[in-house]
Formats: sequence, C-alpha cells, structure tokens
Amino acid sequence: MMMSAQAYGDKGKMKEYHYTGPVEHKFSPYAFNGGTVLAVAGEDFALVASDTRLSEGYSIHSRDSPKCYKLTDTTVIGCSGFHGDCLTLTKIIEARLKMYKHSNNKNMTSGAIAAMLSTILYGRRFFPYYVYNIIGGLDEEGRGAVYSFDPVGSYQRDTYKAGGSASAMLQPLLDNQIGFKNMENVEQVPLSLEKAVQLVKDVFISAAERDVYTGDALKICIITKEGVREEIVPLRKD
Amino acid sequence: MALSYVLEPAVSGFNFENSTRNIVLENGSEEGKIKAPKPMKTGTTIAGVVYKDGVVLGADTRATSDEVVADKMCAKIHYIAPNIYCCGAGTAADTEKTTDMLSSNLTIFSMNSGRNPRVVMAVNILQDMLFRYRGMIGAHLILGGVDCTGSHLYTVGPYGSIDKVPYLAMGSGKLPAMGILEDRFKGNMDLEEAKALVSDAIHAGIMSDLGSGNNIDLCVITKEGVDYIRPHRESIYNYKRQAKYKYKPGTTPVLTKTVNQLELELVHETVQMMETAGSS
Repeated sequence: MMMSAQAYGDKGKMKEYHYTGPVEHKFSPYAFNGGTVLAVAGEDFALVASDTRLSEGYSIHSRDSPKCYKLTDTTVIGCSGFHGDCLTLTKIIEARLKMYKHSNNKNMTSGAIAAMLSTILYGRRFFPYYVYNIIGGLDEEGRGAVYSFDPVGSYQRDTYKAGGSASAMLQPLLDNQIGFKNMENVEQVPLSLEKAVQLVKDVFISAAERDVYTGDALKICIITKEGVREEIVPLRKD
Repeated sequence: MALSYVLEPAVSGFNFENSTRNIVLENGSEEGKIKAPKPMKTGTTIAGVVYKDGVVLGADTRATSDEVVADKMCAKIHYIAPNIYCCGAGTAADTEKTTDMLSSNLTIFSMNSGRNPRVVMAVNILQDMLFRYRGMIGAHLILGGVDCTGSHLYTVGPYGSIDKVPYLAMGSGKLPAMGILEDRFKGNMDLEEAKALVSDAIHAGIMSDLGSGNNIDLCVITKEGVDYIRPHRESIYNYKRQAKYKYKPGTTPVLTKTVNQLELELVHETVQMMETAGSS
C-alpha cells in the first residue's frame, strides 16, 4: 500500500484509505504540527513549559523545536498549533514590543502584551492564526500571571492553563493538583517553585506516554524577579 | 406449492441498512451534527524476514485511537496454527477477528485431515475473505510460517492482494522499516542476524513513526517449533514520575450512601496479572 502525501488529510493526520467515489480536493492553508504548552503562575514566579517535538501527520519534522519564546525579562509566550503561524505571530509580537519600547521608553508589561495579542489575533478574525497561545510572566506587582488565548483573541487571566494537543489530558490533572478541585479534607498549601517544576515534569512524562504528538524533550522557562531561567528534561522519543 | 420462509436466511456480507440513516445523522441539522465513533487502529510497524532455518516476524506494541495511545502493550503477532503466525496492522478489531477466524478454520482442517496446515492455505482463505468484503475489512497482514514445503512469508492487503517476498514491512511505520530491511537484508542469514535485522527495522519504525512505539515483540518460526519472544526489546524510555500522587481515604466527597447486601458464597478465587508496558 503506497503511503504518499495524498494519504494525509487537511489537518495533517492520516485519512481513511477507502475509495468513496469522486472527491473534491481542496488546498488547506493550515497544517497541524502538534505540541503541548503549559503555564503556571505562583506567588512570585511563573512557569511556561512546552515539549520540543514538531510533527506533521505521523512523521516527525524535528525533535528540537521548542514552543516557548522569550519576549521580555518578565514574559514568555508559549505557542502551539500551526508552526508557520506561530513563527509569524512571534515575529509580529517582537516587532510591536520594539515599537512600544521606542515610543514609550519602557518595556511592555505582561498584561499589556496580553491585551495587545488579543487585538492582533482578532485583526485576523476571518482568516485566523491557527495558534493556541499562553502567556506566562510577572505582573507589575511581581506576582505570577498566566493569560490563555483562543485562536481569535479571546483571553483571560488564569492561575494555570494547558494548551495544544495534550491539553485535554493535562488540564484536569492541574485542576486537581493546583486548583484542589474535587478534593475534600486537603491542606491547600500555596504552590512553591520546586513543587511546581516537579509537577510540570511529571505531568509531561504522563502526557508523552499517551499522546503521540508530545515527546522528545521538555523545555521549562522559569520566570522570577531575577529573570528567565531555562531547564531541559528528556521525554520519550518513540 | 409455494414455500414461505419463517426466518429470513442470513444475508452474507455487511448489512448496509443503517448507512442512509448514518449519513443523515452526520450531515444533520446545523446544531446537531453527530459524529460516528472511530474504530481503534493499530497505527503500527510490522516486519518479517525469511532466514536460513525459517521465518522471523516482528511488531511494535502500540495501539492508537487517533492521536491517543489506547494500548501500550498490544499483542500484534497472532497465532494461526502451530507453524504459522500472523502480524496485523490496520483496524485492530479487523485484524483480531480475521486472524481468529482463519485460525479456527485451519484447526478444523487439521482435525479433518490429520495434517499441519500449509501457509498457502492460510493465504488463500484470507485473500478470498478480504476480496469478498471489498476492502471494508481494514486488515493489513504479514503471514509467516514453516511447513513441509519450506519457509514462506506473505503479505495480504485489505483489498485481497498478496505479495510473496523474503522480507516485508507493513503499517504506518513501513517506510522507515523497509529502509532498514532494504539496506541490510541478505539471503540465508543465521538466526541472530535475522533477529537483529527485524528488531532494528521495527525500532526504525518506532522512532520515526508516531503511530508506533513502546516495546518490540518477535516471533521465530522454524521446523522444530516456535519461539514467541514478548517482549524482545523493552522500551528504554521509563521516565518515572517523581512525586507521589496518592489520595488519602476521605478525599472524595461522599454525597449519599446506600448499601444492598448480597447473599454470596465465595466458591473460587483467581488472580490474573494485567500485561502493562513496564513503568507506571
């Protein structure tokens, strides 16, 4: 059975190989490149983590393509979805950050970046950027902040959020471990940096077991008042 | 005198009564589009090689349901006869049932004739059935066995096509596996070489294909007997979670409690261990 590019459907996933009669093929401007991102906000820190696998259909394009991009000393953005749009969107955001710095002589705050991203995304309401964004950083008071977006710009501030292909597997676990949901008689200890990093590593190990698009390596960007620090942890490569 | 059947004779082939209804449901009204449940595919790498004394078959152990791994320790090398085994790729239910049915038929044949079945018989039965179902049964199989006429390796496609070659790979990971086989295959290899080749071919499929993964199973068939090695090579990725995620009793809120006593007598107790892929 020949496996050609025609075996891949619109979203880059394998399609059913049955003859169903004459089919009209359309060019799709989007592809799904996989990947998972996760952000957690603490008392005085924020974490943005992503896996580093870039895939299309059942193939791997790259094992070293992280999805977190550092914007300023206090903000990191995680983008997953269609890699072409992720790259263009981050270029646009970086250009706008420079423009703001030159006009206003100060760096953009996390909240300001989030608001700006929302308008950038809505500007393409009728041909969206196929990107799931999560911004993690420190707000003006030095507290951790996480802003999660949908592809057309709707956003809200959260304590923790998972996005991308394994988001449905990660989000319930975070709801339980960080939000203490569905539990009684549990001491609600505020999350420390060490515990948060440990949780993120464990959660990605589990995601890599069950999601085929997540794996290879995990990159965690830790944002504190000292700046942005990176940690890289290996994940399953199969 | 006209005979009337009380019971409708069983119609062979698939029953397409519900297909018009399904189309209506799927295309339905704007609010209520209902999607049909997708069958679980194995998204696999399987391979086989004929060597000096027999046949070596290999398979990975991952079964996927779209992008989620449904089974990490799935058994893809199925028993057909004492001297014939079959690797299956494609829709999991189809490969299971087709190979089961084939195995039953060959057992009946063995009992009737007192002979071990030949590999060509298995191939012909499969080809016949799959062609008759016009590709609706999504079974991509690699059949290998040793009989009185020698060692044979066949592939049977879902539409009923067959191919008889000394080395084969099938499944979503067939292209990387075939690359390894094309590079290193030679005739009349010895056992260790053949096992290493099949194992490396499956490994290439596991690393390059997202639908294949976890462990590698091997099955060596010779005139003397069968060596089913499960697993031959375990996945080297056993990253364990660091923290403990256990919950104390009383963590889940209990809203109501009703107790129905059952009058039961314990007659027999057995324990069967689940086959899991190594780590938690």
